[in-house]
Amino acid sequence: MSDGDDMTRMRIAATAALGFLLTAGPVRALGQPPAGGAQVNDYVPVTSVPAAEQLPAAPMVIGAYAFLWVVLLAYVFFLWRKMKGLERELADLQKRVQSK
Amino acid sequence: MDQRLKDARIFNLIVFAAVLFAIGPYFVMSAPVEQTMGLIQKIFYYHVPSAMMLFAAAFVCGIGSAVFLFKKHAAADRLALAAGELAVVFGIIVLVTGPIWARKAWGVWWQWDARLTSSLLLWMMFVAYLLVRRFGGPGSEKLSAAMALFGMANVPFVYVSVNYWRTLHPKTSVITEGLAPGMKAPFWFCVVAFAILFTVLLTLRTKLEKDRAVVEELYLALDE
Repeated sequence: MSDGDDMTRMRIAATAALGFLLTAGPVRALGQPPAGGAQVNDYVPVTSVPAAEQLPAAPMVIGAYAFLWVVLLAYVFFLWRKMKGLERELADLQKRVQSK
Repeated sequence: MDQRLKDARIFNLIVFAAVLFAIGPYFVMSAPVEQTMGLIQKIFYYHVPSAMMLFAAAFVCGIGSAVFLFKKHAAADRLALAAGELAVVFGIIVLVTGPIWARKAWGVWWQWDARLTSSLLLWMMFVAYLLVRRFGGPGSEKLSAAMALFGMANVPFVYVSVNYWRTLHPKTSVITEGLAPGMKAPFWFCVVAFAILFTVLLTLRTKLEKDRAVVEELYLALDE
């Protein structure tokens, strides 16, 4: 038997061992009983979602309202800065007129 | 009109708008809670007035731009610039408060449906309007004015989009027919508060632009 045949046989054995290792874990896990309580085999709808699983509305309403204020105040600040810049330019103009 | 009288009127409007915004949350919280959406529906009381101001700003900007393009009135261009900025300001409020409401009511932040997509496009048009004005170089006022006309033309499509295309967004009839009696007064109170704020900001921004034009003229006169 040649060395090439030995190599091929070893490769097949290694691949089989790896395949066994990869599938044995999940197969064993499938055989285990569920960790907590009875197995769930059907989905039953509820009329209302439990309070603990609902998205809280109040923080979202307040957050949206706060965002509105931030945007409006930012715009008022932008206007105020523009106004101050214009006042500075007017003062500069006054100085230039007086120096002429 | 006397300048001091004008300033006093603007100041009175600012105080009035501040009072309305201070007592607005009380009216909103006293409005009845909506049956299916619950507390999150309260966003409606400032999301919809913001959208109305976005539409108003787009119209003012468009009309001002048209007057500037066809009549060459610099004052109309100043008004258009002020309204263009306000369209971006109120647009960002609409585009952020809407998805917060949608996340709770629909289970998603965003849907690429006709109303949401056309609103985003409208806002982007006015962002582009401001960018062209700011970085477009000489003559950019005319180019941006033409863009504002397209922005204004987009408003009716955004408004009717919910009535013609399938969307999760409520139809326009929610306001005209679908509001419970207890919700009408707080809603229209908020609309008035936003309209007054819009008028104040528009007046202040236009005045600021007018003053800037005067300062520029003075610089030029001084250099000559």
